[in-house]
Amino acid sequence: MSSLSISRIKTESRFVQWVLIGVALLYLFLLLFLPIILILVSALKKGFPMYVQALQDPETWVAIKLSLFVAVVAVPLNVIFGLFAAWAITKYSFRGKSLLLALIDLPLSVSPVISGMIFVLLFGANGFLGEFLAAHGIRVIFAVPGIILATVFVTFPYVAREVIPVMKAQGKDEEEAAMTLGANGFQIFTKVTLPNIKWGLFYGVILCNARALGEFGAVSVVSGHIRGVTTTLPLHVEILYNEYAFAAAFSVASLFIGLALFTLLLKHIVGFRLKREGLK
Amino acid sequence: MSIEIKSVSKSFGEFESLKSIDLVIETGELLALLGPSGSGKTTLLRIIAGLESADSGQIYFSGENLIDTGAKDRQVGFVFQHYALFRHMTVFDNIAFGLRVKPKAVRLSEAKIKEKVSELLSLIHLDWVADRFPSQLSGGQRQRIALARALAVEPRILLLDEPFGALDSKVRKELRQWLRRFHHDLKITTIFVTHDQEEALEVSDRVVVLNKGEIEQVGTPEEVYHRPANSFVAEFLGDVTLFRGRVDDQSVYVRPHQFEVMHVSDDPHAVHAEIIFLNPAGPLVKMELSGPDEQLIQVSLSQSEYAELKLKKGEKVYVRPKEVIGGDYCI
Repeated sequence: MSSLSISRIKTESRFVQWVLIGVALLYLFLLLFLPIILILVSALKKGFPMYVQALQDPETWVAIKLSLFVAVVAVPLNVIFGLFAAWAITKYSFRGKSLLLALIDLPLSVSPVISGMIFVLLFGANGFLGEFLAAHGIRVIFAVPGIILATVFVTFPYVAREVIPVMKAQGKDEEEAAMTLGANGFQIFTKVTLPNIKWGLFYGVILCNARALGEFGAVSVVSGHIRGVTTTLPLHVEILYNEYAFAAAFSVASLFIGLALFTLLLKHIVGFRLKREGLK
Repeated sequence: MSIEIKSVSKSFGEFESLKSIDLVIETGELLALLGPSGSGKTTLLRIIAGLESADSGQIYFSGENLIDTGAKDRQVGFVFQHYALFRHMTVFDNIAFGLRVKPKAVRLSEAKIKEKVSELLSLIHLDWVADRFPSQLSGGQRQRIALARALAVEPRILLLDEPFGALDSKVRKELRQWLRRFHHDLKITTIFVTHDQEEALEVSDRVVVLNKGEIEQVGTPEEVYHRPANSFVAEFLGDVTLFRGRVDDQSVYVRPHQFEVMHVSDDPHAVHAEIIFLNPAGPLVKMELSGPDEQLIQVSLSQSEYAELKLKKGEKVYVRPKEVIGGDYCI
């Protein structure tokens, strides 16, 4: 197959080849590379000391801590959910299996703003559970729990979607072999299943984490933008930008560039491992 | 360890995989479950192992009812068609797995485990692969390791699901003979599933022929081959030609080696047929002939008979059954 497509490309004229590659590169340069450079340039416009100062701002620190806290809660929850869902879907057959698969993908196909509004409708002051929560003094919307819920909702497909194909490819022979050898459920999971899916799982965690830290839309709806209390890092960037503090906004934004590059690197390494083990 | 299976049934949705199976397996026996795909043979093996639950019926191991016992506690050794070795563990760790997952109270010391794994590795003549990973080994080696892993926990019975199905034919032949000798030395009650009649006949003490979830016949290889209980068994266990109403107005089955080939004959039982395929490569010469009504007749001759008759493709000859399946009938 590959040799076929290679030989076909070779029959295209050189000119067409260069035009196609040129267009693709120009496109990437304009839409990806240039913005990244511009963010870094804008962040450092007023000099490196200003850059450091912007990052040391107390409100920035609160935002960083809140974002990290949200990710630390949301990612493990989705790891647990993702593993359960993947296990159920790949090892058992049951009614509603395809519905479950479709539901896992739902957050990817719904606008994040709508995802946020779902929680406002559910937990907001006039929402379905609003009165009950108010009576018990529990704040969800315009508070940290709401931000975590919205983040969990938006990021829950990532782990499940990465683990399901890996588990599917491996079947259940090894688990059954372990069972006949006398292993209990916990031993089977920790000694057989987990080592086999670890790279797929890690891949899912990386993507899930990047999305959890960067989520804007859904979090924006439920956070209420209370400065220094419910502003996550992306929301903080928006606030700075709206207040014309461009250099500060871009300084904080450069943190995301760092995160993106780090994620990309990890993704690459893990993707390579998965490929080497013949699973992707 | 004897096994008694009593009216075991199993359905997958609408599909009846097993229809009230009764079977007794004697201690130390090497039994083959033979049948085409969809006959229920693998399902029966998995039910014996506890990997699948029966819809109804009982299973006794030496008189003890195990129908409600899970695979974890049945103490069976199970060998899978695709080996199912733990891919992230070395060969040593694979074989040691069953010993290491035992509860602390009954677990052997690490030194004892090492000793035992080494013993098993030399039993399968693979001492030198202990530190390798399964992906670095050939199919035949992997299957022997899967067997050693199953034996490490000293199972009460050994169950093999199409154990040689994924191997090429030369390795398959070697492993068959090896399994036969192995069973002879260890004398552990063993059941293996196969769809290959040659394998079943060559390896086992007794053969159970399954079809559409029911047992067609149970018998020694000799019995099922030479005295098949019905037409399904006759056809499944080897090439046959059906002679309808030619011998005493009865339908009879004739195996390829039961024919006699002649250039001239006035025997009323002989048919005139054309040789349409001829393969002299091998211990026997295999031929296909087209008889009256274009009926296909499969015949095999010894090399010396073939040399004597000087047969050629396209030639017309007379063939006559010397004997037929299920009888000493001679014309």
